[in-house]
Amino acid sequence: MTTFLELLANGISVGAVYALIALGFVIIFKATEVVNFAHASLLLAGGFVVARLHSSIGFWAALLLGVAGAAAVGVLIEFLIIRRANVSSHSVLAIVTIGVDIVLTTELTRRIGTEVLALGDPWRDQVVHLGAVGIAQTRVVALAVAAVLITAFLLAFKHTGWGVAMRATAEDPETAALMGVRRGRVSMGAWAVAGALATVAALFLCVFPTPGLDRSTTFAAMKAFPAAILGGLDSTTGALVGGLIIGVTETLMSGYQNDLAFLGRGIGDVAPFLVMIVVLLIRPAGLFGTRELARV
Amino acid sequence: MDVHAPPPPEDPGLVVRDLAVNYGPVTALRGISLSVPRGSIVAVLGGNGAGKSTLLRAVSGTLRFHRGGITAGEIVFGRTRLSGTAASAVVARGVVQVPEGRRVFARMTVEENLRAGSLGARDRRAAAGARERVHTLFPVLAERARQRAGLLSGGEQQMLAIGRALMARPAMLLLDEPTLGLAPMMAARIAETVREINAQGTTVLLVEQNAAMALSLASQAYVLEVGEVALSGPAADLARSDEVRRRYLGIEDDRAASPAGASAGRPALARWSA
Repeated sequence: MTTFLELLANGISVGAVYALIALGFVIIFKATEVVNFAHASLLLAGGFVVARLHSSIGFWAALLLGVAGAAAVGVLIEFLIIRRANVSSHSVLAIVTIGVDIVLTTELTRRIGTEVLALGDPWRDQVVHLGAVGIAQTRVVALAVAAVLITAFLLAFKHTGWGVAMRATAEDPETAALMGVRRGRVSMGAWAVAGALATVAALFLCVFPTPGLDRSTTFAAMKAFPAAILGGLDSTTGALVGGLIIGVTETLMSGYQNDLAFLGRGIGDVAPFLVMIVVLLIRPAGLFGTRELARV
Repeated sequence: MDVHAPPPPEDPGLVVRDLAVNYGPVTALRGISLSVPRGSIVAVLGGNGAGKSTLLRAVSGTLRFHRGGITAGEIVFGRTRLSGTAASAVVARGVVQVPEGRRVFARMTVEENLRAGSLGARDRRAAAGARERVHTLFPVLAERARQRAGLLSGGEQQMLAIGRALMARPAMLLLDEPTLGLAPMMAARIAETVREINAQGTTVLLVEQNAAMALSLASQAYVLEVGEVALSGPAADLARSDEVRRRYLGIEDDRAASPAGASAGRPALARWSA
């Protein structure tokens, strides 16, 4: 029972981090109808900035710069490529983002090399004990930070002019333009927010018990794709629920993999994608999605 | 006083000159010209595919959403050119469109729809005043503020679409078939509101298939046919012209068709009007 509770708590925490990534993925899709396959490289870029700078300027300043840096990379991708690519179909743009992802990831992994970079976080490897249940301090912080960021995002999405412009554009871009909403700004904002959230997610993907930022971090980030897709690509609620489902599934499957030996080792890494496939078989638009995935 | 001095340049309102629009290989407008003087209501009539909505898209700068573009001519409002500018710049100049089919943001609340309308306004701080004006014109929008717009009736959605446009405090309102699909009572109500909005100082360009209603509101009217201006003139004259009566008002010339007594004995279904 204790094992189960520990795994569940870890799963929820990991899930909240996936939710941060999936949320960025979803808002880019809502604002621009582009499925952003470059998301994992945004995350890697943000994490890389933090890893490189924390020893010279301190962790918090490095985190701030990492968030700003990934946001800037997002804005640049939007401004230089997505906006200018005069293509007839959004699926072509999705493929363009795969290209962007390959270029960025290749360059970043070249710089990272074979190192495992520490992020210099202040939580280190302490463990918090709640009764018999022990949880890494980083996981507790991850959950708290993700909860705060997600709440702040949802409030802004609901109540600010930016949020109203974003939702109006997502629902009907032409009519939003008739209201004077500038689509370019809305879409730039979406890419910036997505980059910023991805950096925070990168931080929590790379701290204890993970050894640090290395070239495999993008694979961890990839698990947020099934989270966004199974929740429904155009639903913020879907991103949150999808993130939690993926996080909990992955952690439980990894934790009990010795009991699930017939499924083979490493089922935890595969489970997110299996869950996604099963959900899509039953609900093709995802749990909360309204648009058919056929257009992707 | 120098009699040779040119008269002070009067604000001409909206002027469209020789406007031609293509959607790819398809020509939608073939060089139309019209003008909407400040403070007036001008109607544009015509059947489906005549180019009415294309004209409004060209003014609002949203042709690119339909893969269309202006190939010739220009659109000027006041002293600024609207053709070639972005949709947001057109709104910022005070020219705001109420699109055909209402197009309210169905997943957002009534209040949020109004808020969306004020996003491109010239002075966003004036939004509170604008909201008050909208709520006075359409009290139902205040009552339903927190309801999802998709749950409103067709007439209420049309009110919301007009109210949303008014949130930008427009100098000129472009209305695309505001009575389309509405019950006669509601259509009359909308017509009355358009008259009131105009009386408060907003210039109106009204595109309609409902010619009787449009001609009763407008001072000037243009009839579009396959992308060209077929007829134009004072609305009252057009309403009397045989061609408009026959083609857009559905009125046959009774004197020629039947004796006067017969038409009195057979009550024709009068076309409803505002």
